[in-house]
Amino acid sequence: MKKLSVKSVVAIGIGAALFFVLGKISIPTPVPNTYISLQYAIQAVFATLFGPIAGLLIGFIGHTLIDATSYGPWWSWIIASAFAGLVIGIATLKLDINDGLDVKKIIHFNVSQIVAHLLAWGLVASCLDILIYSEPIEKVFAQGLVAGIANMLTTGIVGTLLLIAYAKTVVKKGSLNKED
Amino acid sequence: MARIAILSYIKRKSLVHELTGTTKLIFFIAWSVASMVTYDTRVLICMLLISVVVFKVSKIKIRDISIVLGLAAVFLLMNNLFVYLFSPEYGVGLYESRTVLFTIAGPYTVTLQQLFYHLNMTMKVICVVPVALLFIACTDPSEFAASLASIGVSYRVGYSVSLALRYIPDVQREYHNISQAQQARGIDLSGKDKLLTRMKNSVAILLPLILSSLNRIETVSNAMELRGFGKKKKRTWYAKRPMKRNDWLTIGFVLLILAVDLVVTFWDGSRYYNPFL
Repeated sequence: MKKLSVKSVVAIGIGAALFFVLGKISIPTPVPNTYISLQYAIQAVFATLFGPIAGLLIGFIGHTLIDATSYGPWWSWIIASAFAGLVIGIATLKLDINDGLDVKKIIHFNVSQIVAHLLAWGLVASCLDILIYSEPIEKVFAQGLVAGIANMLTTGIVGTLLLIAYAKTVVKKGSLNKED
Repeated sequence: MARIAILSYIKRKSLVHELTGTTKLIFFIAWSVASMVTYDTRVLICMLLISVVVFKVSKIKIRDISIVLGLAAVFLLMNNLFVYLFSPEYGVGLYESRTVLFTIAGPYTVTLQQLFYHLNMTMKVICVVPVALLFIACTDPSEFAASLASIGVSYRVGYSVSLALRYIPDVQREYHNISQAQQARGIDLSGKDKLLTRMKNSVAILLPLILSSLNRIETVSNAMELRGFGKKKKRTWYAKRPMKRNDWLTIGFVLLILAVDLVVTFWDGSRYYNPFL
């Protein structure tokens, strides 16, 4: 395996801290007991900027810390969080935000995150729930579907807005013009 | 917004505190694996009793962790409720017999098997809770990276974890500051606004947070690079402590539990202990 660069090590650490803090903050939705999970938007942005390993570890460390400090770790969902970060990171490897953002790139980012959350919550989380906790299939898939859609929407809206705003702050290559 | 109440390291003098971080990490992992694998009621009861005993030994008081326990209770309650709502007859299929106690309405009957299934599922989760809480409350965060490295995790990953623990309070404070500043400018995240507006508003807080975090990443990684981080294959840890007799005893004990757990769970070919047949 390629060694992690110093920058990735720090990005994972601080990304996980962000994931944790945002996971602890609840923004209510009209559905009772359901909150907007802003941490997945951040995870997607960091996975896009720093790659799949960063996405994976941010999800894993961040989610483990959230669970361990609130009600004991629920491993199947922790693994699903890590998996989502990994998939987004892999799918956006070729996506370079640093030279500007256009509609094509926004669609690329969103397709990646939708696929990632679909696989993570529709497949990984629910199968592990059945395997580890032996929960009924209907409950597991209903829960996975709701969580997956909520995370997709959050990442799609908040994540995209964050990427657009971030791309605006980066100075583009060749943005300087020679004065006549 | 008030400060977020979270569990953190509580310094006390106890047997559990004296164990090295490595021992506690191995205990925590083995315990999690053991509880995930089994569905055997006898094993779960034993694990639950042991975890209560360990909790007593640690001298952490119920008061210290009451918020966390409350959250765990709510979580478990919701989970049990959802499982029951979606398939009230799940236990019947699992334990291959049916003893109806009474009927609530329509398909919602209460069977002994379903109750037994709920009991097992709940115990499975509960027996990890004290151990997970103790792991957080009794392990010095600065020792944690050393423990990860000593069980074979790359020290870079260990360092990421300890950076995360180090920067959680900072990020929290920053989030708080930014959100207060934005609220002063009229940006609202509470239930009074529409959902979509709330999401848009959250960007106004998240963007400064991300940008300042990216700056921080730059600064910290430059500082680490200047000190030669990642140059060598191995590194030593200031907070690492040598293993003592009690550490080996604890590790031996938890591995024994794991072994017994696997044997009892699988030796009759089924994960479930079935008292109904």
